[in-house]
Amino acid sequence: MKRAFSKKEWREAGAGYLLLSPTLFVLLLFIIGPIVFAIFLAFHKVQLLGTTTFQFVGIDNFQRMLEDTRAKIALWNTVKYVIIVVPCQTMLALVLAATLNAGLKGQKFFRIVYFLPTLTSSTVLTLIFMWMYNQNGLINHFLKAIGLPTYNWLGDPDIALNAIMVMNIWSTAPFFMVIYLAALQEVPDSLYEAAELDGANALQKFWYVTVPYLRPVTSFVVIMGLIGTFQLFDQSYIFSSGSGGPNNSTLTVVLLIYQYAFKTLGTMGYAAALAFALAIIILVATLLQRKFSKEESLY
Amino acid sequence: MKKKAGIGKVFLYVILVVYAVITLIPFLWALSSSFKTLEEIVSGTIHFIPKHFTLDNYKQIFIEQKMFPRWLFNSVIIAVTVTLLNLLFNSMAGYALARLQFPGKKPLFIIILAVLMIPVQVTMIPNYLILKQLGWLNSYQGMIVPTMINATFIFMMRQFFINFPKELEEAAALDGLSRLGIFFRIVLPLARPALAAQAIFVFMGSWNDFMRPLIILSDPQLFTLPLGLNSFKGQYISYWNYIMAASMVFTLPVLVIYAFFNRYFIKGISFTGSK
Repeated sequence: MKRAFSKKEWREAGAGYLLLSPTLFVLLLFIIGPIVFAIFLAFHKVQLLGTTTFQFVGIDNFQRMLEDTRAKIALWNTVKYVIIVVPCQTMLALVLAATLNAGLKGQKFFRIVYFLPTLTSSTVLTLIFMWMYNQNGLINHFLKAIGLPTYNWLGDPDIALNAIMVMNIWSTAPFFMVIYLAALQEVPDSLYEAAELDGANALQKFWYVTVPYLRPVTSFVVIMGLIGTFQLFDQSYIFSSGSGGPNNSTLTVVLLIYQYAFKTLGTMGYAAALAFALAIIILVATLLQRKFSKEESLY
Repeated sequence: MKKKAGIGKVFLYVILVVYAVITLIPFLWALSSSFKTLEEIVSGTIHFIPKHFTLDNYKQIFIEQKMFPRWLFNSVIIAVTVTLLNLLFNSMAGYALARLQFPGKKPLFIIILAVLMIPVQVTMIPNYLILKQLGWLNSYQGMIVPTMINATFIFMMRQFFINFPKELEEAAALDGLSRLGIFFRIVLPLARPALAAQAIFVFMGSWNDFMRPLIILSDPQLFTLPLGLNSFKGQYISYWNYIMAASMVFTLPVLVIYAFFNRYFIKGISFTGSK
């Protein structure tokens, strides 16, 4: 249907574009433009010396990934990190939310306390944990006191990534806990009452009523967790002063992208290609998770 | 039956208390370290109450470390400006997408939703080159302009305005207010709860951001606190008393904001969860 715009409609459209103009500006200059630019970069060799020059190299940047041992190490570290952190933080968040939701006294106090890590910047948290992970620090003292072996948390290549995992499970679980808490308010009481009639105890109610009811939320929490953990950067950077050490043990994909883009010369195009590879990995992981959780709900 | 419920309750309380301790210890340990002398720090003894309570660490970072107040200032300027601009621009965009009719509205909305899915790493490198071309590396505007809108919150404001009662706006239109007048004088002041939730998240995101300043800012004069803290770490290896004092100063503003806006905070997160 084609018809002329009335004066009033023109005015409304004008107001619409005016209100959207800052968004359009940033969207074009810093998001959509850069995405197109990033595709261009991924197929070029970029030299930043003096004036920036671009040299077309076809799919070299993508082929290079297959031969790059550090890329393999970074991917393996990141995948290990995702596989351990996502389930742990999700389960912890769910258990904490269910416990908080049990209607005990002091609930508000505990909620505020649990929330502290979410509020604190990753930089500060990482520094606090580095201080606690010190050879002669709080954590080793505690382990010694209860008769467990102590570790060189920051310096031992077999341990360093685990140290970051522990820290991140601790710091991100409360955020997801709040999402679960909101969802728990919506579980109908009648479901619990029916379960009670069937003689279910508290644990059974949690396992057979709460957990299945929250499945869509869990799916969301897992996807958010996947996206967040695949992008691990701040903590590894600060832990290793940007190197990904000791012995590449805390090198993540994003840290590797950062190093190739801004620390070594002539590899910016390769870094852009790696960034696309990461975006695709995250997308595939998200889709797999969706498919998996849908199949599960068929039963 | 009753006794059983009692045991269950004790068990739940044990979980709550143990986890509260696990959460609090790192913060208490950092706070306590920030009041300790260097001697006590390096001695490796474990006391949560400092043996010789001292404020020297705080004095040192504020007075001796000339850069620290400067970094704090940079962080405040950038985070406050980014927050104010986001509140304004995201609401404007959200309102236009919710209420106004104009050609290209639907595709634009889909693009904004799609942008939510793109990981920052993809745009980070081209963004650097664009900012370099503009001469905006090492500048406040380089930090502020690319982050002055946020797709998540445009989406949130749109949802908010869609559910906003139309009658008020219609009444205002009868009184002769223009579309923009209605938005700025009637709608925006009534959107306060949504704005508060947004303000906290945008402020925290900007205040705590590490990667963007790391890429854009190389001049220590322009560092924000996360970068400053990180360079501090390199400079004062094993002076953990200073590092912890600086960390505490950095954390305080967010805690204060949280204390005031706690309610909206939970609302904001629940929104993220329901989208």
